[in-house]
Amino acid sequence: MDFSLSPEETRFRDEVRDWLRDNLDDRIREHVTGDDIEQRRAWQRRVHEAGFAGVSWPRELGGQGGTLMQEVIVNQEMAAARAPDLVNIIGLYMAGPTILAHGTLLRADEIWCQGFSEPNSGSDLASLRTRAAIDGDDFVVSGQKVWTSFAHVARWCILLTRTDASETAHAGLTYLIVDMHSPGIEVRPLRQITGDAEFNEMYFTDVRVPRANLLGEVGGGWRVAMTTLMHERATLGVGLQVRARIALDALRALARETVVDGVPRSADPLVRQQIAQLSIEVEAMRLNGLRGLTKVLHGEQPGPEGSVNKLMWSELNQRIAETALDLLGPYATLAEGDERAPLGGRWAHGYLRSRANSIEGGTSEVLRNILAERVLGLPRSR
Amino acid sequence: MNFGFSDEQELLRRQARDLLDRECPTARVRQLMEDELGHDPRMYARIAELGWTAIPFAEAHGGLGLGLVDLTVVLEEMGRHLLPSPFQSTVGLAGMTVAASGDAAQAARLLPSIVNGSAHATVALVEETGRWDAGGVRMAARRSGDAWLLQGEKLFVPYAQVATWMIVAARTADDPADGLTLLVVDTTAPGVAVRPLRSMDATRRMAAVGFDGVEVPGDAVLGEPGRGWATLRRGLDRAMVCLAGELTGTAQRVLEMSVDYAKVRQQFGRPIGAYQAVSHRCADMLVMTESARSLAYHAAWALDNDVPEASLAAAMAKAYASDAARTVASHGLQVHGGIGFTWEHDIHLYLKRAKWGEATLGDASHHRERVAQLLEL
Repeated sequence: MDFSLSPEETRFRDEVRDWLRDNLDDRIREHVTGDDIEQRRAWQRRVHEAGFAGVSWPRELGGQGGTLMQEVIVNQEMAAARAPDLVNIIGLYMAGPTILAHGTLLRADEIWCQGFSEPNSGSDLASLRTRAAIDGDDFVVSGQKVWTSFAHVARWCILLTRTDASETAHAGLTYLIVDMHSPGIEVRPLRQITGDAEFNEMYFTDVRVPRANLLGEVGGGWRVAMTTLMHERATLGVGLQVRARIALDALRALARETVVDGVPRSADPLVRQQIAQLSIEVEAMRLNGLRGLTKVLHGEQPGPEGSVNKLMWSELNQRIAETALDLLGPYATLAEGDERAPLGGRWAHGYLRSRANSIEGGTSEVLRNILAERVLGLPRSR
Repeated sequence: MNFGFSDEQELLRRQARDLLDRECPTARVRQLMEDELGHDPRMYARIAELGWTAIPFAEAHGGLGLGLVDLTVVLEEMGRHLLPSPFQSTVGLAGMTVAASGDAAQAARLLPSIVNGSAHATVALVEETGRWDAGGVRMAARRSGDAWLLQGEKLFVPYAQVATWMIVAARTADDPADGLTLLVVDTTAPGVAVRPLRSMDATRRMAAVGFDGVEVPGDAVLGEPGRGWATLRRGLDRAMVCLAGELTGTAQRVLEMSVDYAKVRQQFGRPIGAYQAVSHRCADMLVMTESARSLAYHAAWALDNDVPEASLAAAMAKAYASDAARTVASHGLQVHGGIGFTWEHDIHLYLKRAKWGEATLGDASHHRERVAQLLEL
């Protein structure tokens, strides 16, 4: 057991820190967010040029050929410095590892999206109906996907389709990589409860996808998709913890700086208890993640226990936002744009956005099913 | 970065699991609950023989020179088996307080008999207020020539009944932050009266200890006079992690019992574990148990390596384990339904241990406030 960094890792961490100190400022922190895809793309390009995007990817694929631990260090340092999220998070952490594990080329600096969910296939993902018919050297794809983040700016899509309509559920699914410039793809933004449009509906009408873009085998898509989801929950889990810590740091600052009748809210014993409890759980999440990471560093594939991280993160992130709004009293109800809204309405926005955390990337209910059935071995509920 | 156990630690865990599976099934635990001594001295001798009492102590005192991580491995197994024993209070609390005090003379005098298993020891801190902090200590130690005079009463002293000596926290200066002096007192000294308390958890013995003009020699001070709280804090941090590890083992066993039961108990024609109201409860028990484990071992590592946030890590570990073990045990009882409410079923033994562990060495609220302070909130 050793939680410290090796001398080489410490050197690498200092390199990341130095670069962030020289290249990141408040202007970037404030402006490189949300819908401004060009700014976010430019930021990711700078990060990539500095060698901090796709750190653990092979050099011939545009990566740095580094270790997974270096990848984790970059995640932690970026978060600690409150650097903007990389816009290509799906490519780097979901598509990338899957494709590396299944052996296909890609470039690290293009934006990816993930076409899994459909209007009638949410938690029951395996019931999806987007059709991929084999026609010569192509697949011909028709159907509808939904909740697709970044679809409007993505170059590539990892798409889960059904090649065999006679098979139900997991059998008959096929995993394709789709060029988003292909004819027949229509992307329509979906407006969220925050007012933003981070994600989209995608309509596929007779979209031709070359057979070379098949990942795994025809009918073997479920296994590939599970690799993606396990990576999403394990690898991204480390990043999630850091995001929770940033939110928590902001909550602590809010409690100290929100003063009512000359008394900071942080002096209230109940507030202290709540924030301490959140701090403890964020730390527990970090450490659970490190246990999972230790397994991956020892060459094991991430397992279903990675679901613990996603489950903890979504509920923690929601409670952090709820606690922040509690601290603010009626000011919590002011929206962005009102001059009296604390911090420009950032917490109100964050609270609304956090409602999706327990739905996106696997609902908390599905994650508890996974833990119950695949970790504890309880009988299937369906 | 490595959050895993060494081969030696895995071996130690297997050794502990095997021995306790064999020698400490719940039938044996129930016998010891009725036993006057409250533990099995032959079992303690066996534990000492295996070297568990030597784990965290320096080789100079006959110890193995290992760390709190190794000790926590053993304690997790003891918690899993509800071992009734003064092991934790002797090794994890009194022994670690002496070892962490930096008082070389007392360490040389006191630790060898802990290491070889011939002595049991404990710490007498809490008084009528039930507080686990310096401010709760009102009992004064007055100077009488070279000696100290003790008058008062301590409560919730673990295993004072079987202890050879105890570390008594007494007030020697009017300072709410410290002002304490730690005195090593022989339990057979004239004026010491050990009165057993009736514990909800009969696998854990506690006593009220009266001090009626007890004269303590001047050389019985542990650490620096007037700085006793700072010394004891280091010991308490370590004991809290030991207890957090024990509670993790207790929670783990409840989780396993509940999952096993949910797989076989049928209602409405299906195993109850197929119902999400039950299976999701079990999933939550898993998350809490694993989180308690992560926090306990990280804190053990942090204390072993004296990292700056070690005290914070210990407070987090104890706060979390306190809530987690109780909640997991309560959920476990619920999963078992009516049978779980019977004396005959074992689940109440774990619930009672969890309640004892929750309140001992400071409960979750106490340590959350400390976390808030350490985070400079």
